[in-house]
Amino acid sequence: MKTMQKLNKFKTYALIMATVVTLSSCSNDDTNDAPVNEEELITTVTVIYTPVGGGTAITLQYKDLDGEGANAPVITASGNFEKNKTYNGVLTFKNELTDPAEDITLEIIEEGVDHQVFYQTTGTVNAFTYDTAASNLDANGLPVGLQSVFTTTNAATGTLTVTLRHQPNKTASNVASGDITNAAGSTDAEVSFPISVL
Amino acid sequence: MSKKIFIVFWLILLCNTLYSQHAISGKIALQGQAIASNVHIHIGQKIIRSDVSGGYLAANLPAGRTPISVSYVGYQSIDTIVDLKTNLTINFRLKVNTTNLNEVVVQAKAKGESSSNPAHIVNLQSIEKYSNQTLGDALTEVAGVSTLKTGNAVVKPIINGLYGSRVAVLNNNVKLEDQQWGSEHAPNFDINSANKITVIKGASALQYGGDAIGGLVLIEPLSVKKDTLFGRTILNYDTNGRGGSISSSIHKGNSKAWSWNALATLKYIGDKTAPDYILSNTANRGASFSGDIKYDAIKYNISASYSYYKSVIGILSASHTGNVNDLYQSINNKIPAIINDFSYDINNPKQDVTHHIAKVNFNYYFNESAFLAVQYAYQYNKRLEYDVRRAEYNDTAALDLDLKTSTINVDFQKKAHDWNLKSGVTGSFQNNYADPATAIRPLIPNYDKIDLGAYGIASYSLPNNFTIDGGLRYDFSKIDATKYYQKSRWEERGYDTTFPEFITEDFGTQWLTKPSFTFHNLSASAGIQKKTANNWHFFANASFASRNPNPSEFFSDGLHHSTGVIELGDLNLDKEQSTKISLTIRKKINQFSIEINPYINYIKNYIYLKPVGFETTIRGAFPVWEYQQTDARLMGVDLQTQWDINKSWQHSFAMAYVKGDDRTENQPLIDMPPFNLYNKISFSKKEWHDLTLELKSEIVTKQNRYADNNFSTNIINNNELQAVVVDISTPPPAYHLLHFYSQMKFDTFKNVNTTVAFSVQNIMNVSYRDYLNRQRFFADEMGRSFQVQLKFNY
Repeated sequence: MKTMQKLNKFKTYALIMATVVTLSSCSNDDTNDAPVNEEELITTVTVIYTPVGGGTAITLQYKDLDGEGANAPVITASGNFEKNKTYNGVLTFKNELTDPAEDITLEIIEEGVDHQVFYQTTGTVNAFTYDTAASNLDANGLPVGLQSVFTTTNAATGTLTVTLRHQPNKTASNVASGDITNAAGSTDAEVSFPISVL
Repeated sequence: MSKKIFIVFWLILLCNTLYSQHAISGKIALQGQAIASNVHIHIGQKIIRSDVSGGYLAANLPAGRTPISVSYVGYQSIDTIVDLKTNLTINFRLKVNTTNLNEVVVQAKAKGESSSNPAHIVNLQSIEKYSNQTLGDALTEVAGVSTLKTGNAVVKPIINGLYGSRVAVLNNNVKLEDQQWGSEHAPNFDINSANKITVIKGASALQYGGDAIGGLVLIEPLSVKKDTLFGRTILNYDTNGRGGSISSSIHKGNSKAWSWNALATLKYIGDKTAPDYILSNTANRGASFSGDIKYDAIKYNISASYSYYKSVIGILSASHTGNVNDLYQSINNKIPAIINDFSYDINNPKQDVTHHIAKVNFNYYFNESAFLAVQYAYQYNKRLEYDVRRAEYNDTAALDLDLKTSTINVDFQKKAHDWNLKSGVTGSFQNNYADPATAIRPLIPNYDKIDLGAYGIASYSLPNNFTIDGGLRYDFSKIDATKYYQKSRWEERGYDTTFPEFITEDFGTQWLTKPSFTFHNLSASAGIQKKTANNWHFFANASFASRNPNPSEFFSDGLHHSTGVIELGDLNLDKEQSTKISLTIRKKINQFSIEINPYINYIKNYIYLKPVGFETTIRGAFPVWEYQQTDARLMGVDLQTQWDINKSWQHSFAMAYVKGDDRTENQPLIDMPPFNLYNKISFSKKEWHDLTLELKSEIVTKQNRYADNNFSTNIINNNELQAVVVDISTPPPAYHLLHFYSQMKFDTFKNVNTTVAFSVQNIMNVSYRDYLNRQRFFADEMGRSFQVQLKFNY
């Protein structure tokens, strides 16, 4: 019985000790890290289509300022495309959560061999093709695809889906001509815009 | 205690033949001490103790041959038999014992086992077969234990259908705190440092915590009690992965004073291969070290140990998907999108995990039947996960977590004649730090957690091999987290109305919040055990336990790349409460033994991920799953048989079936192990260098009971948006694998025993996918592999 009493005493001490140790290590730091700076995040995808031979440029923009947050993205088209025209498009990716906003397009150009943009349409909208300019190719002479060409004919409606693939298999069948089917890789961005040709 | 005992005692006979009930009394002295109180004396069926003056008395003894045993810790026991015809006075004098104290304390049961819920042990011989693999793989030796995998190298145990935070893994009496909530996080442990692994199904082992509602895995290292020095080296080579491991250990045992152990393991394995292709980026490396030193005195021992574990594991390249369409393509294409030539290189995605454990133990033996154990342990887990990222971020971890845990345990154990008592208290403090340098919002926030617990367990033996046991435990837990919530998410979750008090600062688009939760939990276990004369052995146990939501269940709010799902935690979650009833029946009929273990586990507020809708991000639309609670029921049966056909041939069989249901939604639970059957036939011949040959058949059926969480997504096909189903639910088909194992022992050098083993896994090179492998959407499992193992004992 005596040992039991001693033991209980000991246990009490041990518990107090444990509590003291734990509680004292509790109040270690009250300084908080700043919120994580999501530098890599893409918040904004913009394509500006400028008609050859003059006319109104069309801006298609997809903006999602809270990333994986609950708010829905804002998708805008500045106007309608005109019939029987050729438009040259330039695509940019931005992170507008940082201040100042970061242009991620430059990183994509730098790592051109690991990136490719694909353009897919639905409805009666004509196909978008790659600009053949050297600036649209990577170090291996394969398309990166930031520059695109849209040639309109008749009136049409539908959507344009722009997909940025990271580490695609650029040498797979038809990938170099802009067909996403065999591209594999992982998707860094995939956004759709409504298109009207009037 | 093999030494024949030297007995010094005087017999004084006093005649008194009136009754057939007699008494034995006397005095006990110790060598060098005149009076010996509290000495343990067994007389016939009685157990008594000497009083403060060294005297003892056992009354009401039946006449006839009566065994007497006198023992005291640190002294040689005396065993004798007297023919009791009259009252006797016998004085004993005990001599100092020169052999080890620990051998006196014989533990008949497995560690942590309650008498009503038998434990299952994986012995050293089986463990060594898995020297090149993981803890999870070795545990599949026990019926009812399956594995949840991510590829081949990340393997978590599933006990009776439960895993993760619901299964506790204790390495050398320290509960591993290594971000075990994650399904892609394997226990940070080198299988080579285990001497014995015990699996306890369910929450009956209350001394290790009240929250392991699935079960416990107890790993014990080798501890040598004899005065000896020996070592062991194991070399492995595996053709699949073209790599292997080397593990070497040295053990200095001592009956008294100092003893120590040291062990180191290195592992280097390249890409694994499925029957039809290389599993690119599945190479892995490992390094581990563990060592301990112990001092034994007569009444106490003290020890200190340290272990280090480091592992770098490549994650299948093809399993990195960016959005739902990528996932759809992977599932439908059937072959991985990235297949490169064989390589030892590890690229992103990869995991880089380091785990340190340092601890000190102090055990004090009051006497042969009571001891006190005090343990302090410190653990530091560093988890780095690298993802496929752009440019300079490729070298920056996408997840960087530091988890530090300090734990103190004080346990007291006392054995009396019919009683066995265990009680203890535990206190632990944990800090998690998510480094913001990742430039990715962390999956798990910073937090401080305090846990305090106290338990008591008792078992009581009744006549006729009947034992009852019961235990009670109380746990207090408090978690204080610091997390940035996007305001949009905070409102979408409704926290602006339910938890406005957690907000501490406004950071534009984000709130800085400090969620804090406190839990008080009670756990209990009770049961009976009965052994009959004709070799039936029955165990029945009921346990009640609670598990608090883990940090990922509370705080997740982002995309899970391997499943293409946005997972959302919920601050409203309450604790899970499990009530499990399990029955074990053992029967031995000549050379055949069988064990059958049916169970039913009701879990109130079972936490699981439920599909709730879709959200659109820059990568497209993703399904959203959130942690919700339901009432679940798991019921199943595990069965094991062993048949010693003759001296050379043996057959063993194991099967496990579990049925898990969500009782609120009336649908099956996700990730339940399918029905599986193992048959093993072995041949051994001692005369032929201990030759052993084994052929094992593994049949895993298709899981037909699953929740349908399929969703549809739109892909563009011929200028048309086409809705397609992303089938993430349908389990893969059944498969049958054959494995072969053989070994022989040689005395190659003086004092060196060499064991050579040759084994083949997946002999038929079957292509299959495992329902419980997170990478089943992307690639087949490993194909055939030949393994050679050399083991030297010296």
